[in-house]
Amino acid sequence: MKKVIMGNHALSYGAMLARVQVISAYPITPQTQVVELLSEMCASKVLDAQFIKVESEHSAMAALIGASLAGARTFTATSAQGLALMHELLHWASGARLPIVMGNINRAMAPGWSIWSDQNDSLSQRDTGWMQFYCANNQEVLDSVIQAFKVAERFYIPAMIILDAFSLSHTYEVVDIPDQALVDTYLPPFQPAFRLTPDDPHAFGGLTSPDHYFELRYKLQKAMEKVPEAVEETGREYEKLFGRYLGTVDGYCLDDADIILVTSGTAGSTARVAVDNLRKKGKAIGNLRIRLFRPFPFKIVRQLLRRAKKVAVVDRNISYGHHGIFYQEIKSALYGFSSIPVFGFIAGLGGRDITPETFEEIVDYTLSHETVDSEIIWIGVKK
Amino acid sequence: MKEKRRKAQKIIFNSEKEMPIAPMSLGSMTFNLTGAWRNIRPVIDLDNCLQCGICWKFCPDTAILIENEYPVIDYDYCKGCGLCAEECPAKCITMEEEIR
Amino acid sequence: MKKPRTMKLSLPLEEYMNPGHLACQGCGATLAMRYVLKALGQRTVLCIPACCWSVIDGPFPYSSLDVPVFHCAFETAAASASGVKAGLEMAGDKETTVVAWAGDGGTFDIGLQALSGAAERNDNIIYVCYDNEAYMNTGIQRSSATPYGAWTTTTPVKHFKDQPKKDIVAIMAAHRIPYIATASVAYPEDLFKKMKKAKDIKGTRFFHIFAPCPSGWKSRPEDTIKLARLAVQTCYFPLYEIEWGEKYILNIKPREKKPIVDYLRLQGRFNHLTEKEINLIQEEIDRNWHRLLRLCLQPEEKPTA
Repeated sequence: MKKVIMGNHALSYGAMLARVQVISAYPITPQTQVVELLSEMCASKVLDAQFIKVESEHSAMAALIGASLAGARTFTATSAQGLALMHELLHWASGARLPIVMGNINRAMAPGWSIWSDQNDSLSQRDTGWMQFYCANNQEVLDSVIQAFKVAERFYIPAMIILDAFSLSHTYEVVDIPDQALVDTYLPPFQPAFRLTPDDPHAFGGLTSPDHYFELRYKLQKAMEKVPEAVEETGREYEKLFGRYLGTVDGYCLDDADIILVTSGTAGSTARVAVDNLRKKGKAIGNLRIRLFRPFPFKIVRQLLRRAKKVAVVDRNISYGHHGIFYQEIKSALYGFSSIPVFGFIAGLGGRDITPETFEEIVDYTLSHETVDSEIIWIGVKK
Repeated sequence: MKEKRRKAQKIIFNSEKEMPIAPMSLGSMTFNLTGAWRNIRPVIDLDNCLQCGICWKFCPDTAILIENEYPVIDYDYCKGCGLCAEECPAKCITMEEEIR
Repeated sequence: MKKPRTMKLSLPLEEYMNPGHLACQGCGATLAMRYVLKALGQRTVLCIPACCWSVIDGPFPYSSLDVPVFHCAFETAAASASGVKAGLEMAGDKETTVVAWAGDGGTFDIGLQALSGAAERNDNIIYVCYDNEAYMNTGIQRSSATPYGAWTTTTPVKHFKDQPKKDIVAIMAAHRIPYIATASVAYPEDLFKKMKKAKDIKGTRFFHIFAPCPSGWKSRPEDTIKLARLAVQTCYFPLYEIEWGEKYILNIKPREKKPIVDYLRLQGRFNHLTEKEINLIQEEIDRNWHRLLRLCLQPEEKPTA
């Protein structure tokens, strides 16, 4: 069934189709419609779930950790300040190996108060042990929720589905809502290997000495390393049932590209308009959109970027005192495998528009430079 | 009762493969014989015991068992806090120096 | 030895707390756990935030309890319990009692917001605060449950705690939850009875259990019960219940109210107090006690305007 829905509602429909059992959330702009629709679904019994309407994001994640440990499939959504407030518990969820799935609407961090998009909120949670999926359209948002549960529950790793504020969260697009019975085939009920129950009492999360802690974290990393392949595998399985492949990255005009623009989120769609325009002018440009940011899909990124003559990474985020975060990641992935120049651009912080012209400026710069002589190339700063 | 307690063993993991993926308990703390903490030991004079069970009731270490209708101290675990002696209405428990 | 007669124990023999745990000698919090589990039984889940009990239970991969435990983040006891309850229900278990088991720091201070949230939603959990009146697990720092006059490592003798203890029960009563009880490790039968009663009530139930801490109070381990008893007999920690935030029921009314000095003098943390300060404490206790007695008057006994 096709419906015209906003990105936020795509998250809600994804959660509904995944038959989540416990939801716990706190409202924050621009996430509110996610939880409003889920409240409606729970109230009208379209979705058989308990919705715990907590007093903070911190409690939202705490409640889900409890519910997940008790054996339920769990979901929440938040944004920016809310995600930051959850920070302690993001570590908790992954350390306890709980397959919680959460939508995060990328919103710039205050101050000054901003409700507009950039990625510093989710990228600040890079090292918390969560999978991170960056989405480019509403269909992908919905599909990613379902896929994320499948991967999360296989490896006991929580997952974040990330979408840009407004340019996705509040943008209406045609979305195919998959058939529930088919989704049920793809995603069977959650049957955890361990859970909190008096039938088999264990104490979870107790004091862990240096004798044991190291190995537990080693196991989390080893599980993480298996994720990229599993995303591709479950993505192919998804394609068989629903006709849409969900991979770790999404390439566009890469085969003969001299310059590859590396993007994430909705900037990817804009980049493609620029790629089309530039190709009409005879410039061999391609776009690689990173969908899975954590764990980082090293293998495929190396394989695809090595063919280009230059790489231009566009970051809607910044690691202060360093440079763009995707830029760090791409350079680190290529190190030792390729010596092509990689340029790092920062654009669109705090919701400043990223337009096809932005990308054309980026391409012009990349074409006119043979070596990297600047850690950050700022695009659009009023100087 | 005593036998049930002794069952617990210390758990040794020889490799990460033997460990669960999440920190979860797999055994009981009863392997931990806290009697070693004690420097005074309670001794019950059963001749004067009223069989009231107050010593059993107030033991924070569940180290007083009831056997044949009388309290018996499980010295494997008794930490020697002295609460039993203090609360005994018949004053039939004395705290004696621990000699090891 | 005399001929054995049948012992009449005032509590069930069944234990859900095993020895080998890591509590200090004479720990009140440990007794509180022992009694509460006797009342609630094995089909109980505990959510334990950072507090003494997160150590007492034992490190990974052990536990000293026969019930499942979720060691949760410091400020999340109530929210965690709400989540566990919902999760268990959705996984098909509607019977298990879910208990948030927190210390005074995790309840009066850092966990208060989550506790208020759960109580406002009237989530179907039992919240137990075992109160040893300071951050004992981190080494005796003051909390908002620390009473006036007490020494702690952050309220040194030269500037002892000069604010009264926060009235957590009044805060919880203001949430109009179905059941609140204070209890003491010196009165296990009373604690047991009230916990049994709470088990059968639906909604948020709050217990404030007085649990002396010899290490933090600088008292003798063998005085734990004596101190808890004196706290009741001096009316410093009265035992009462509140139903729906309105109906107050006094459980124990001391025949003769003992002076607070009897209680204070057994604890090193109050050694420095002068007669003047002790009098101030006595006056505050008298005020609180009279307020409680007024609240416990049945509607027909209450004076009309």
